[in-house]
Amino acid sequence: MTAGKRLAVLGAGAVGGAVVDLAAAYGHTVVAFADSASAVVDAGGIDADAAVDRKAAEGHVGDDDPEDVLHADYDVLVEATPTTLGDAEPGFSHLRTALERDRHVVLANKGPVAERYADVRELEHDSEGEVRFEAAVGGAIPIVSTVEDLGPSRVTAARGVLNGTANFILSRMAAEGIDYEHVLAEAQDLGVAEADPTFDVEGTDAALKCVILANVLAAGDREFTLSDADVEGITNVPGSALELAAEDGRTVRLVGEATREGIRVGPRLVPGNAALAVTGTRNIVQLETDYAGQLNLSGRGAGGEPTASAVLGDVGRLG
Amino acid sequence: MTSTLGSDADREGSRAAEEGTGHDGAPQPHTIRLELADEPGELLAALEPISENGGNLLSIFHERGNVTPRGRIPVEVDIEATPDRFETIVAALRDAGVNVVQAGAEQYAEELVVVLVGDIVDSDLSDTLQRVEACPSASVADVSVNAPAGRGESASARLRLATRAGGGTEALTTVRELAAEKELHVIEPLAGGGV
Repeated sequence: MTAGKRLAVLGAGAVGGAVVDLAAAYGHTVVAFADSASAVVDAGGIDADAAVDRKAAEGHVGDDDPEDVLHADYDVLVEATPTTLGDAEPGFSHLRTALERDRHVVLANKGPVAERYADVRELEHDSEGEVRFEAAVGGAIPIVSTVEDLGPSRVTAARGVLNGTANFILSRMAAEGIDYEHVLAEAQDLGVAEADPTFDVEGTDAALKCVILANVLAAGDREFTLSDADVEGITNVPGSALELAAEDGRTVRLVGEATREGIRVGPRLVPGNAALAVTGTRNIVQLETDYAGQLNLSGRGAGGEPTASAVLGDVGRLG
Repeated sequence: MTSTLGSDADREGSRAAEEGTGHDGAPQPHTIRLELADEPGELLAALEPISENGGNLLSIFHERGNVTPRGRIPVEVDIEATPDRFETIVAALRDAGVNVVQAGAEQYAEELVVVLVGDIVDSDLSDTLQRVEACPSASVADVSVNAPAGRGESASARLRLATRAGGGTEALTTVRELAAEKELHVIEPLAGGGV
């Protein structure tokens, strides 16, 4: 039984909010919580409901300075700020501050491990703290820990459907015979797609997840970043292509493939009854292993509570 | 079954192989499909590696008038040979520069389906198909086009390619190169055994 840990949560979006909400159910205490402009810090444990309600009602979580969170007395920093492209800031600096204080870091933010993997590992090496990032790839699905259990060298490839928005759009296009623009508008109305869906539909999000997987598979022998990925999105997939695929018992999915050699993301033809032909916002990852054959891990790849469950699972794995 | 080759009577005897009773080393009938340039002497030159390597000619079907997309004449040759000799014959044909389209069960061992997306019509679909056909490891088995908006608009074409065992990668490379040149997008099948 792991003793309850004191958590500092950075980021008050769906994931950060759900971590704060669910922490007590996992036996942990949230001692600090911040969005980009405000914070609440209480060494005895913050009032989670009050902070989440206040965020919803007033747009900020409390009256403290976000900087105070980084210096609060916590065991684990949960980094759930938005993923940014380029230098992975401010997530990377948050991680560095925590590791330099010999604290653990659990990332929901993909940036640091997708864009500065070697830097992260170096900081971790020099710290008493550990870095975990299960939630950064495939939300609730235990992909990273499964690869760790198998041993990265015994996993030859990981491929999967890792972006719910793109998958929702493709599966709706195929099922309803409607065009991309129409489905995108519907997805935005439903809250499945962002107002600016570029990150999802151009394949960038799926590619970042594959970059992380490739880094895990390579186990430090080589560092991958987004520039190593060959990426094509779904914006060029017309309804006519889905119809032709369907006539042949196939469908089209945005599939990411990661190996120790490289990363490819693009629309691929898959048999309609294949494991990879998940529908809607479901994600799936297939691992090709040396001794265990093919493993399929499927589940909810996004959303506040599912992703928070992966974050809290990581917290539980920490020593 | 007799192991003697040559006479018509013996040949009938060894036809037992066709009924699934063939053993390793026993002569069996095989069909080889060739494509020959429409020039004098081409057929004779193509038959020499067969007889020189112990193959027994059963029939030759020379499809004059039925020109392939590459402007060549398809020829179907039935021969009888042991499995070892058959492999030697096919290798000898290829060494002699004869275009072997199909050799026994080897050809069409694998299937590759791709969907091309883009301005399919104005990028000259027949040229695209001819150039895929020209790839030595692939043959276009089936084409289906879906162009709801007509010329000049985005459309899709599904190509079913029959590829030689292990030839899928080469065929896919050809398709990718063609697509890049013609500004088409390729929706590829999954690589590496994913389902």
